[in-house]
Amino acid sequence: MARVTLDRVHKVYPNGFEAVRPTSFQIEDGEFLVLVGPSGCGKSTLLRMIAGLEDITGGTLTIDGREVNSVGPADRDIAMVFQNYALYPHMTVRRNIAYGLANRGTPRDRIAAKVEEAARMLNLTDHLDRKPAQLSGGQRQRVAMGRAIVRDPALFLFDEPLSNLDAKLRNQMRIEIKALQRRLGVTSIYVTHDQVEAMTMADRIIVLNGGVIEQIGTPAEIYHSPASTFVASFMGAPPMNLIEAAFETGAVRLPDGTAVMDAPGGRSGPITLGIRPEDVRLGRGSATFDVALVEELGAHRLLHGKLSGQPFTAHALKESDATTGSHRIDLPFEALALFDRETGMRL
Amino acid sequence: MAELSHTILLPPEQARAARPVAPARRHRRPLRWGAVGNHAVLIAGALFMLAPLLMLVQMSTIPDAQIMRTGPSFEIGDRFWPNLEKALTESMSFSGETTGLNMFRNSMILGLGFALGKIVISMMAAYAIVYFRLRFATLAFWLIFTTLLLPLEVRIVPSYEITQKLGLLNSWTGLIVPLIASATATFFFRQFFMSVPEELLEAAKIDGAGPVKFFIDILVPLSRTMIAAMFIIMFVFGWNQYLWPVMVSTEEGKFTLVQGIKQITQGLEGGHIPEYGRSNILAILAVLPPVLVVVFFQRWFVKGLTESDK
Repeated sequence: MARVTLDRVHKVYPNGFEAVRPTSFQIEDGEFLVLVGPSGCGKSTLLRMIAGLEDITGGTLTIDGREVNSVGPADRDIAMVFQNYALYPHMTVRRNIAYGLANRGTPRDRIAAKVEEAARMLNLTDHLDRKPAQLSGGQRQRVAMGRAIVRDPALFLFDEPLSNLDAKLRNQMRIEIKALQRRLGVTSIYVTHDQVEAMTMADRIIVLNGGVIEQIGTPAEIYHSPASTFVASFMGAPPMNLIEAAFETGAVRLPDGTAVMDAPGGRSGPITLGIRPEDVRLGRGSATFDVALVEELGAHRLLHGKLSGQPFTAHALKESDATTGSHRIDLPFEALALFDRETGMRL
Repeated sequence: MAELSHTILLPPEQARAARPVAPARRHRRPLRWGAVGNHAVLIAGALFMLAPLLMLVQMSTIPDAQIMRTGPSFEIGDRFWPNLEKALTESMSFSGETTGLNMFRNSMILGLGFALGKIVISMMAAYAIVYFRLRFATLAFWLIFTTLLLPLEVRIVPSYEITQKLGLLNSWTGLIVPLIASATATFFFRQFFMSVPEELLEAAKIDGAGPVKFFIDILVPLSRTMIAAMFIIMFVFGWNQYLWPVMVSTEEGKFTLVQGIKQITQGLEGGHIPEYGRSNILAILAVLPPVLVVVFFQRWFVKGLTESDK
């Protein structure tokens, strides 16, 4: 159990590439924090710096009040689950799980007890004497988890642990990992590029882009009030609609002149207007939505088309009889997000 | 597979009907001349390789005088065991130390010491080059690699001089150590280590394994097949060394089999009947261990040199 603090931590590679700009945040005891972002955004570098696998160029990293910048990975009291599991292929599951304990001089009978306990927790008891090559993807994933939990570390680090699994197994393991973390109450940092994993697992999410934190918040905050157009388009499937609009004559207007929102105060200039597809109200309103394609998803439908000449998606309930063609839609005032056209930041 | 599931799912008569190949055409299957040709080439090649060995065996079973008269024949005589005993225990040389058993032991020491020494040294060298951020690591690697251009025969005079000045002539150390550095093995292990996923090292780091522990607990077991492949190559190479042992080991007690056979053929000069039987047995003894090593390790050998997914 630990609280992790990053104070202006940054990373510059020897070739001059700045992978992570100075970054500060704090992870509370027992929290499940997800770092999410597109590939190359620095999320893995950040995780690897916390693990001690990557040198920290500047700033301080403290785990449980102890500065660990120059402490080796073995002595940071952490455990890590890798994307490709990194199981030792020549060792049995039992030895794989026990290896870390054995290296720390834990007495043999204690190791055996701990391995049994971890195996029971992860449903691996029947597979303890097999080699990793004889296990399925999900089982290997669980062995990697076992190797992490058996040491009772202060901090779990997950580096895209589910991206090698098929979709169904991924959903299942997502729930298992989350449940296990809840049960053990260990502070966890989880890196993923999958926004669904981020939304479903996190207590708090950090959205990274280009080595910079775009937003920190709970999944609900990130989803409902994105801090920038990047977050808005990255989180949510389908993503938030972003359409070009402008302040004109006391209102926010689409390019075709439709006023979608009153804006007193005489502001003017271009902005980006955001709205989640499920917040769009169909059937009435002032804007015209030309639907070109209906995507049937069973529980609901997605209507794809153009609003005032720009790509737009709306969400329709399964009862609705939405078809291709022109629809009147309403963009409710309270669901709209306004972003600066230049910087992409929320207004 | 598709045909199999057909047979299982359908009742027998339907399965027969569904099968595309009519039974009548089956026994007119054409003779594949390509395969016949391949086999003919392979059999001819095998006979070509085996014939001298079979001649050796045959000639070790008949009296020496008969070989003098008729040369190799198809006759199997009864002299094999006496010849074997003579080859193993008797010596032709001045000191009486060049018995077959003694030379066999010496060859074993050279072969094993050579192979194991090369494997240990080159694995450690490759480990250093791949896993440690050394200054000039690439340069060091290419320097090692260029030694391929300088085989023993090229540098034999300086090598001999150094060995002599260190007082290592006629010692196992002098016989083995100057030959032990191996660019080939270093290169193979380097390629293999570079294919081991980085995450294994990182996982081991987090599991508290230091550099030595990672090497012994993870890398060495993972390299098993590579080690086996290298062992075969290096053992045979070491066993067959001739020039270096001739230079370094001048005491008869340190003679290897390959050296010793030459001694015996020297015995052919002179008035008496040459000891063909004994020489042939020694030649067989010299051939046997490399063959056995290859036979026992060949499965690993192929695996080690071809397997890349680790």
